[in-house]
Amino acid sequence: MIELRHITKRFAGVSGSVEALRDVSLEIAAGEIFGVIGRSGAGKSTLIRCINLLERPTEGSVIVAGRDLTLLKAPALRAARRDIGMIFQHFNLLSARNVFDNVALPLELRGESRAAIKAKVEPLLELVGLADKAGRYPAQLSGGQKQRVGIARALATDPKVLLCDEATSALDPETTEQILALIKDIRDRLKLTVVLITHEMAVVKEIADRVAVMEQGRVIEQGKTFDVFTRPQHATTRSFVADQIGFALPPALEKRIAADPDHVHAGLWRILFTGPHADEPVIAALSRNLNIDLNILHGRIDEIQGRPFGVMVVQARGSEAQLTAARQFLATRQLHVEDLNHVVRPDRIAV
Amino acid sequence: MSSALIELLFDGLLETLVMVGVSGGIGAAFGIPLGVVLILTDRGGILQNVPLNRALGLIVNAARSTPFIILMVAVIPFTRLVVGTSIGTLAAVVPLTIAAIPFIARLVETALREVPAGLIEAAEAMGATPLQIVTKVLLPEALPGIIAGLTITLVSLIGYSAMAGAVGGGGLGDIGIRYGYQRFLPEVMLAVVAVLIVFVQGVQSLGDRLVRRLSHR
Ligand SMILES: Nc1ncnc2c1ncn2[C@@H]1O[C@H](COP(=O)(O)OP(=O)(O)O)[C@@H](O)[C@H]1O
Ligand SMILES: [Mg+2]
Repeated sequence: MIELRHITKRFAGVSGSVEALRDVSLEIAAGEIFGVIGRSGAGKSTLIRCINLLERPTEGSVIVAGRDLTLLKAPALRAARRDIGMIFQHFNLLSARNVFDNVALPLELRGESRAAIKAKVEPLLELVGLADKAGRYPAQLSGGQKQRVGIARALATDPKVLLCDEATSALDPETTEQILALIKDIRDRLKLTVVLITHEMAVVKEIADRVAVMEQGRVIEQGKTFDVFTRPQHATTRSFVADQIGFALPPALEKRIAADPDHVHAGLWRILFTGPHADEPVIAALSRNLNIDLNILHGRIDEIQGRPFGVMVVQARGSEAQLTAARQFLATRQLHVEDLNHVVRPDRIAV
Repeated sequence: MSSALIELLFDGLLETLVMVGVSGGIGAAFGIPLGVVLILTDRGGILQNVPLNRALGLIVNAARSTPFIILMVAVIPFTRLVVGTSIGTLAAVVPLTIAAIPFIARLVETALREVPAGLIEAAEAMGATPLQIVTKVLLPEALPGIIAGLTITLVSLIGYSAMAGAVGGGGLGDIGIRYGYQRFLPEVMLAVVAVLIVFVQGVQSLGDRLVRRLSHR
């Protein structure tokens, strides 16, 4: 549905030019929710703004629904933009228009009749749960309500694509969850393709089918959300994932282990529970069958895109042979085990 | 107060109203579009054209930094060309309008600058044309600011019109100077000042009320 080919974007600045995007290529399939995550300044906003050419790439092409937007003349580009809805971090609603008229704006721009506008806007307000707020002005709405108006407005011209630029970053966690649920629901109902950029891994985890991680204008890693979360390849990705998933050992625990002179003799493992055996009673089997003492130090069980996923840090005490046997047992269960014995900080060790 | 004085004041008020109303109206008709052009052509504007922006800015600044009393005299040939005479209420409208246009343009420009860039961006993302961005986003969003600017302009024009009156334009200022000052009739002077105060107050509070009603921020 969306294809970015070798996009480079340079901004001319006072002290030379800034390369906000460096040879970025992405393919986003129809109907998927594609997340882009990165720290502030990584180039996420520039990237998403290149999709509707609010920002014209210095090099590369932007193909949406089979058409290269960079080749279009201004009128054709304006027409193409009506197939691409966009919502913003700060909502960008017109303060002088009430909710109804804000949602009506894209239809007015297209020259629709008042009757056609009414017929379109009312169901949209219903869809986003604001039917009773049609006459309110943005200043009278909460952040979540404002974003609902933004969503209704973005959907008014029946776009195929919805771009979300930090759409939940100005909202509290509870409202964020509601807005994400709404976006997901809309995607399912309207078969939209959604591109969502954020600096919050929780948002990606909640909603994205696939995710790209950006750093300094490049995409450093991309894949299915579950895979990126459970097997992050890049150090930056790992640190993003760490807080979300319980990869990181609590600092106090880390200190305690380091202070224990015995700890080098025991196995200190981080076990990732993914794959077909993720929900089997592996730990119990391990200690029963191999007769080793397992001390569970830390753990977290979660679900990503409906698939169960767990992380557990255990200390295993036993003979060298027992420990080796235990690791073999875990391997047969297709569980991923990392040795943390020399760990100071988990983001520094190789997976 | 004698009925003659009341009649005198009434005529003066009418002349002032004509001077301020006509110059304010024509000033707005030219000044608002000029303010819009200044915003659109500015660096980073949706129709960026820096040379044009600079040139217009220069003209506007030149007109604004010329003291009104000098402007009034300097444009006398032009005034003759337009209204056929350089004396009278209608003749006073010409320099007042010339003063009003750049004044309004700058105030409108300032009001338009207050419109968040995100709104323009959102409109662009919806496929709005530059004209649609002006009519559907910029002007409606800046309307309270524009009204506030026009109010300031009208109040200033009332003051300028008194100056214009001194060189034969008529109006309240003229009466104040001719009767109050030259013929030394302090009660006329006082009455003129009182009427001006009420007039300015009226314009200001009307403007403020309008701004409050239009603003939904
Ligand atoms: N209009 C612009 N002019 C100059 N530099 C810009 C502009 N927009 C973005 N940048 C620069 O490009 C880089 C990426 O910015 P951005 O895409 O906004 O990052 P993010 O959204 O990931 O925080 C930053 O270094 C930023 O300063
Ligand atoms: Mg950003």
